[in-house]
Amino acid sequence: MSSSLKRPPLLIKGNEAIIKGAILAGCKTFFGYPITPASEIAEAAARDFPAAGGTFIQAESETASINMVYGAASAGVRTMTASSGPGISLMQEGVSYLAGSELPAVIVSIVRGGPGLGNIGPEQSDYNQIVRIGGHGNYRNPVLAPATGQEMCDLTIRAFEIADRYRTPVYLMADGFTGQMMEPVSFPDPVPPLPEKEWAVRADAESRENLISSIFLEHDQLEEHNRKLQRKYKEIAANEVMVDDFLVEDATILVVGYGIMSRVLRSAVRAAREDGLKVGLVRPISLWPFPSDHLEALAEKIDRIITFELSNGQMVEDVRLSVHDSVPVHFYGRMGGNVPSAEECLEVIRRYAAEGGK
Amino acid sequence: MAKKLIDYNKYLRLDKFPLIWCPGCGDGIVLKAILRAIDQLGLDQDKVCMVSGIGCSSRTPGYVDFNTLHTTHGRALAFATGVKMARPELHVIVVTGDGDACAIGGNHFIHAARRNIDITVLLYNNWIYGMTGGQASPATPAGDRASTAPFGAIEPNFDIARLAAAAGASFVARETVAKPALMDKLIVKAITRKGFSLVELMTPCPTTYGRRNRMANPVDMVEDLKQRSVSVAKAERLGDELPDNAIVTGVFVDDESRPEYTERYARLVESLGGAPSTTSPVGAK
Ligand SMILES: Cc1ncc(C[n+]2csc(CCOP(=O)(O)OP(=O)(O)O)c2C)c(N)n1
Ligand code: SF4
Repeated sequence: MSSSLKRPPLLIKGNEAIIKGAILAGCKTFFGYPITPASEIAEAAARDFPAAGGTFIQAESETASINMVYGAASAGVRTMTASSGPGISLMQEGVSYLAGSELPAVIVSIVRGGPGLGNIGPEQSDYNQIVRIGGHGNYRNPVLAPATGQEMCDLTIRAFEIADRYRTPVYLMADGFTGQMMEPVSFPDPVPPLPEKEWAVRADAESRENLISSIFLEHDQLEEHNRKLQRKYKEIAANEVMVDDFLVEDATILVVGYGIMSRVLRSAVRAAREDGLKVGLVRPISLWPFPSDHLEALAEKIDRIITFELSNGQMVEDVRLSVHDSVPVHFYGRMGGNVPSAEECLEVIRRYAAEGGK
Repeated sequence: MAKKLIDYNKYLRLDKFPLIWCPGCGDGIVLKAILRAIDQLGLDQDKVCMVSGIGCSSRTPGYVDFNTLHTTHGRALAFATGVKMARPELHVIVVTGDGDACAIGGNHFIHAARRNIDITVLLYNNWIYGMTGGQASPATPAGDRASTAPFGAIEPNFDIARLAAAAGASFVARETVAKPALMDKLIVKAITRKGFSLVELMTPCPTTYGRRNRMANPVDMVEDLKQRSVSVAKAERLGDELPDNAIVTGVFVDDESRPEYTERYARLVESLGGAPSTTSPVGAK
């Protein structure tokens, strides 16, 4: 029986839904440093973790947070942190080490306006840093992009599953809007007790010989380690794609957007349909692995793609890589914390629709 | 002798007003003390460089008409070190908060003090992260509430002045906004003293700290700072009798003998026969 039938949904902020989801996922530790617009996540953790038998520590910086996460992950418990732009930048060294040492962890990024201090408005300008990796070395990290309060909870739980299954850091990447918006959220049952991780530092005789490390001094050893990582990434790419379609069956124009942008696009698509334009929406939920095959297949049936982002055009490069040169791929972006209205998007759609078929 | 009246507007970027600070915030009292000190010293505005990190306190450089840098959260001292080495003739003043300087910037703070580089740090200590809405800082008194310490802070707090003293600063002092004239005096001394100097300035944040800790009235908060102030000398006399919540004020360290970094560096360059250039620390006397 679906849990939503048992418990009435709660009206809460997306940022708080993340912490509710994390506790249901059996997350035991949260290490974070305040930053707008992600601070409510740490504040909810400070409030809710102790009563759930978990730990919340406000670290002295994001560098400390991510390394505390590394420590807790090494000890074999589910662990997480949350931040935004400047803080996520500071964590990149740690994420690379997590990837190199194959440690599972969840990193939440509530993206704000950049570069530098920028502002606290919603942007999607950290796509490159997060999806294409921001640290050093041959690694990838799964990235999930929620668009609703419900997904803030559900994808947090999913992120912990992916992290443990593949022993990898996983990002949950949203924007200030999705973080601050209050929406009804239904909560699933807590996960059953989690199995021990045999590779972890578990404070027993069997695990004493375990060494958590990312150093491989011999060239061949490091190459072998990297090959193993690449095999793992291939497996993730094959199994973990998540995508949501809206009215794509008969579409001649596809709009692509994720997170809050996709919600505006839904309204724009509906309005375009009223205009008689056959527009459909593809919303990538996993940004890595990117739904490339899905887009490539759809591209055969359509005239053009318009990618909408709250950035200077970052995901659009993945859209182009997915469809090669089979259809024109256009881009429309806003920056600085501005979110285009559905009317604004509809105007863009109309303009490109006027250019006609392939 | 009648006190000379200061024309604050001379030092302010009035086009940047109104200030972002809340009504009742103590940061404006600190700002005026800084301007009075600079005015009293008669410093050339072009020879003052004010550097800050991020926070309510760190917004100060935006409002003052000097050379100004508003940088990264916690790292003002690293930027300031760069400025000072490039242009040693500048009076480099860092304005920072308790979180900015002692949490994320704690490492830079102790290392700049250890180096004893000629930078004046004016640290606005309001016991909280004001800008981001009231999270605990390393200065939040144990037991007090913050948005990330809903059950009261369980971590002990830093004694920031003593931290700087232990790390090697050549001038260390503390005062509260309840005593503006004393603030002026200490800031003047700090700017004058060669080497790393810190003045910890206790200032109320009624909005994010007071409200959570049964003290939302700014006037009460200033009065509280005054009541709890105990001079360094008296604190020494009291010893173990010093109340737990006392704010010890006055001069902790004033040591001219500690060698200053840019001067030491200039001597090194000289000893190696290095040619002073206009951009080197030696050339720009
Ligand atoms: C790397 C990074 N992490 C976090 C932040 C968010 N942030 C801005 S100001 C601030 C705290 C400021 O507190 P404090 O230095 O005590 O100054 P106050 O606002 O109280 O004057 C934080 C956490 C940031 N800007 N950059
Ligand atoms: S939040 Fe606090 S420190 Fe910031 S301006 Fe308001 S009163 Fe001042």
